[in-house]
Amino acid sequence: MDDVFRALADASRRELLDRLYAHNGQTLNELCARLAASGASMTRQAVSKHLAILEGANLVATVRRGREKLHYLNPVPIHDIAERWIGKYERHRLSALAELKRGLEAKK
Amino acid sequence: MSELKFVYVTYIATTPEKLWQALTDGAFTRRYWFGTAVESDWTPGSRVTFRSDGEAHDTGEVLDCVPYRRLSYSWQVEFHEVFRRERPSRVTFELEPTGGAEVKLTVTHDEFEPGSKVHAAVSNGWPMILSSLKSLLETGHASTLTSPEQARGARERAIALAESNAA
Repeated sequence: MDDVFRALADASRRELLDRLYAHNGQTLNELCARLAASGASMTRQAVSKHLAILEGANLVATVRRGREKLHYLNPVPIHDIAERWIGKYERHRLSALAELKRGLEAKK
Repeated sequence: MSELKFVYVTYIATTPEKLWQALTDGAFTRRYWFGTAVESDWTPGSRVTFRSDGEAHDTGEVLDCVPYRRLSYSWQVEFHEVFRRERPSRVTFELEPTGGAEVKLTVTHDEFEPGSKVHAAVSNGWPMILSSLKSLLETGHASTLTSPEQARGARERAIALAESNAA
């Protein structure tokens, strides 16, 4: 579980997870091209390094397709964490609060 | 790349035999899968039935079954007509011993129709189901998030979403 927190403690890696949430199953090339197109300043080397850390923490699952490696967002470890500390008692209240927050922010 | 597909991985401290039972025994799946009993004789070509509250709401067909290693079936979501109109998607479970105390479970859900409503409806379900399965096998307690009560709410939200998109 330490490696999950460590992997999430970096804004660039969270950005990569957001990118996979938007488009699941990307190759390194596709991720780099989309990042460059939106003006993000992450080198290919940095993206590759961050992906390896995310994969090591099981937050990214990879599938080989020929010579390509596709990256998929794997939120299961985040659910494991949520379940361990908040799942048992607090979930109803928290989801009500999260919805209230979403509702209020959407009205801005 | 634009293909709709999920790949989920979890590592569970158990044996391939126990994990296999957890995936193929309807009385077991009910405990971590939103109250859903997934039932079949697991022979390729046989029917798969998804039953909650005694009612069969989805069906499928066994595509591949290698005990303790690999299980694949098609899945036709039928609890709402918007989903019934789509062709069945495919779920594949792969079990790999890690050499340590854990078994690596990879769940792939693919072969969705382009623009699939089912895809949107099930996207939040798998991580919860897999966390709950892991918790059940490792601690004896499934997650409260995957209880039948939660499932009814989730189905209602999925139907509302499908109807708002269809309109």
